[in-house]
Amino acid sequence: MAMSFPTPRRLGYRLNLVGMISAAVALTWAVIAVIAPWLTPYGPGEVVDFDYFGPISEQFWLGSDYLGRDMLSRILVGTRYTVGISLAAVLIACFTGVVLGMTAAVIGGWYDTILSRFLDALTSIPSKLFGLVVVAGIGSSIPVLIGVLAVIYTPGAYRFARALSVNINTMEYVTAARARGERTLYLIRHEILPNITGPVLADMGLRFVFIVLLLSGLSFLGLGVQPPNSDWGSLVRENIGALSFGAPAVIMPSIAIATLTISVNLLIDNLPVKIRDRSE
Amino acid sequence: MPNLVEIRDLKIGARTDSGREVQIIKGVSIDVAAGEIVALIGESGSGKTTIALSLMGHVRPGCYFQGGSVTVAGRDMAALRESERAKLRGTDVAYVPQSAAAAFNPAIKLIDQVVEVAKIHNLMPMAEARAKAVELFRALALPDPDTIGERYPHQVSGGQLQRLAAAMALIGGPKLVIFDEPTTALDVTTQIEVLRAFKSVMKAGGMGGVYVSHDLAVVAQIADRIVVLRGGEVQEEGTTAAILDNAQHPYTRDLLAAFHPVTHAAVALPESATPRPPALEVRGIFAGYGPLTAEGLPAKQVLKDVSCKLEKGRNLGVIGESGCGKSTLARVIAGLVAPAKGQILLDGKEMAGDLKKRSKEELRRLQIVFQLADTALNPSTPIGDILGRPLTFYHGMKGAARDARVAELLDMVHLPKNMRHRLPSELSGGQKQRINLARGLAANPEVILCDEITSALDTVVAAAVIELLKELQRELQLSYVFISHDLATVQAICDDVIVMNGGVNVETLPAAQIMESAQHPYTRLLLASVPKLDPGWLDSLADDPAFERAGRSSLLSQV
Repeated sequence: MAMSFPTPRRLGYRLNLVGMISAAVALTWAVIAVIAPWLTPYGPGEVVDFDYFGPISEQFWLGSDYLGRDMLSRILVGTRYTVGISLAAVLIACFTGVVLGMTAAVIGGWYDTILSRFLDALTSIPSKLFGLVVVAGIGSSIPVLIGVLAVIYTPGAYRFARALSVNINTMEYVTAARARGERTLYLIRHEILPNITGPVLADMGLRFVFIVLLLSGLSFLGLGVQPPNSDWGSLVRENIGALSFGAPAVIMPSIAIATLTISVNLLIDNLPVKIRDRSE
Repeated sequence: MPNLVEIRDLKIGARTDSGREVQIIKGVSIDVAAGEIVALIGESGSGKTTIALSLMGHVRPGCYFQGGSVTVAGRDMAALRESERAKLRGTDVAYVPQSAAAAFNPAIKLIDQVVEVAKIHNLMPMAEARAKAVELFRALALPDPDTIGERYPHQVSGGQLQRLAAAMALIGGPKLVIFDEPTTALDVTTQIEVLRAFKSVMKAGGMGGVYVSHDLAVVAQIADRIVVLRGGEVQEEGTTAAILDNAQHPYTRDLLAAFHPVTHAAVALPESATPRPPALEVRGIFAGYGPLTAEGLPAKQVLKDVSCKLEKGRNLGVIGESGCGKSTLARVIAGLVAPAKGQILLDGKEMAGDLKKRSKEELRRLQIVFQLADTALNPSTPIGDILGRPLTFYHGMKGAARDARVAELLDMVHLPKNMRHRLPSELSGGQKQRINLARGLAANPEVILCDEITSALDTVVAAAVIELLKELQRELQLSYVFISHDLATVQAICDDVIVMNGGVNVETLPAAQIMESAQHPYTRLLLASVPKLDPGWLDSLADDPAFERAGRSSLLSQV
């Protein structure tokens, strides 16, 4: 074999069509979350229509809500809450879950047993019920919502990361590092983490979808984002009366929730094999 | 009469992950006459298994037939439809896999799996199939042939399982049997029984066989003709005797030469007034797994009172069969498994049994190199970082000094400097093992524990690694503990050898005179079991197989 020079390797990171479309949709929502205030035709709290549950018109692209506010503006601004809260919660949940999972796999023994049983116990509490009780007990605010969602989804991330790490932990390169005298922090940071990144990222996407749905559920029940602010879930709740009129006010936020969750889900399903199965 | 198998100008191509087209088999033609056993020999990547699989009309995922024909009993397997091929598999062509353990379903009784072929092809009534299976068990010299089928795969030994896999292949009465490295994963003493069983049933049945192996000595016992392959091309072809005694092709000669390694000349102990402490000494080690019992010993004992000594500048070989505790010994010395009892002395000073209680300096002076370079190198870390980490960790090196030392280490193991930007997956097996070794060297150790480091490598590559080890020893005053199941490898590098069986150190011998000075019956059995390049060797062994089996089982029951 001839010596090959280190060339930029051909990276097999091609997305297929479904992957590209869903990536585009998810990315659009992410961009909207950032620049929403500059996009809205009207202020989200302004009553601009004389009619309530107004239909789609040239003036109000997505109709108006139960007070005659512009639906488009409210959905655009609601993106911030839905995507922002979910993203913060998923980052916290996955960070704690993955770090704890890796340490449990590396340290093992009592540490692993106690941590695993504790988090199993947490999993056994139904997530909606847990969310309802905590939010009802200490009141709803954005930090509380983020915290509750993160706590609910940490055990799953922990289980997933631990299962992957246990496999990596038996590899001889980890044993070699251990024989060298490396500490736990180095082991999880340099030996384990790079080899579980792909599956963990995929898991994070799925977890994000679950969190969006749970957050929307809580808001729909009135325990999520509180008025005058509103995320997509509370938009559905506010305008639930529109159902009997067939007005777009209740349909549009539901479509927003569906497009975001389905696109993220499909994106993960169609991730390049190279990322998804990196632990191979 | 046409030959049973006629492979004509076979070409098999494959598409790599990056979409590149490669030709794996480049126009191979091979014949197998009825009742003849032909061996395909070559190193990994030579295409031997690909050719063997093509006899069943099977190619591995990503590969495809590019051209040529594979005629088995008058039918071109390459041209048939998949459903037609499936009909021929098991009845015309049968396959004995390398790892029988992976080929059996652990949840189904053995007999039900063995008669499955007859069931799928509707060859005979089930009762008849079972009777035939028992007959085959008897022919394959399996113990308790009438009842062994009632057991589950985990209840029989590896060698027995391999013979059961052969029974599974033979039950359909195939015309051609493909053996794909069937004894490679077995211990030498077990290998003899399996080879002997294969040979006798093949002879009795008059079937044609294709025997894939990398081991010339094994092939010499069973094959009528040998085909030497390399890089998807036939290098040389001839009768077994012709290949062994009168090889023409230089590559075949290399293979043969690798079989007769130069025995390492023992390093004389320096005469000095003050006795120097040995580089490494192990005294009365007891170790194992599971909870400790009342006597303070682990429930599953792997090492029982093992002692050995490695003098400075010399090499200690540890040989034994799988399960004898040799790898555990390495792990105990490295501190990965804490011993229940006993002492480990490095340069005359006792070290803690537990890794965490050893000082960084102690860890630095003793390095371990693992068997499988594939799993011993982190796949997501470039070579430069793999080698650089011990430099930073033990010597606090950074930046340019570290880079320079990495380049030096690569040079030491005869690899180019620009390799440090690559990932382990871009290296060959031999290169990976060199990196693995270089990582150990990075610590500037005094003792290196080599745990079967050449076992997964091809003969020629392994010989080069051994050469490298010797060279490094001369330059760096290292001492090796060399663990292996392969006597020839151990002899090629070690001064002293300890023989282990059942967790006990049965004998310590000088490597050069191991044959002459072996006293213990187990050592003798082990030495006698190593295949020789002589085709008559297997038959010349004690004609009464019961004698040896009795010898073996009584030895195993002692421990």
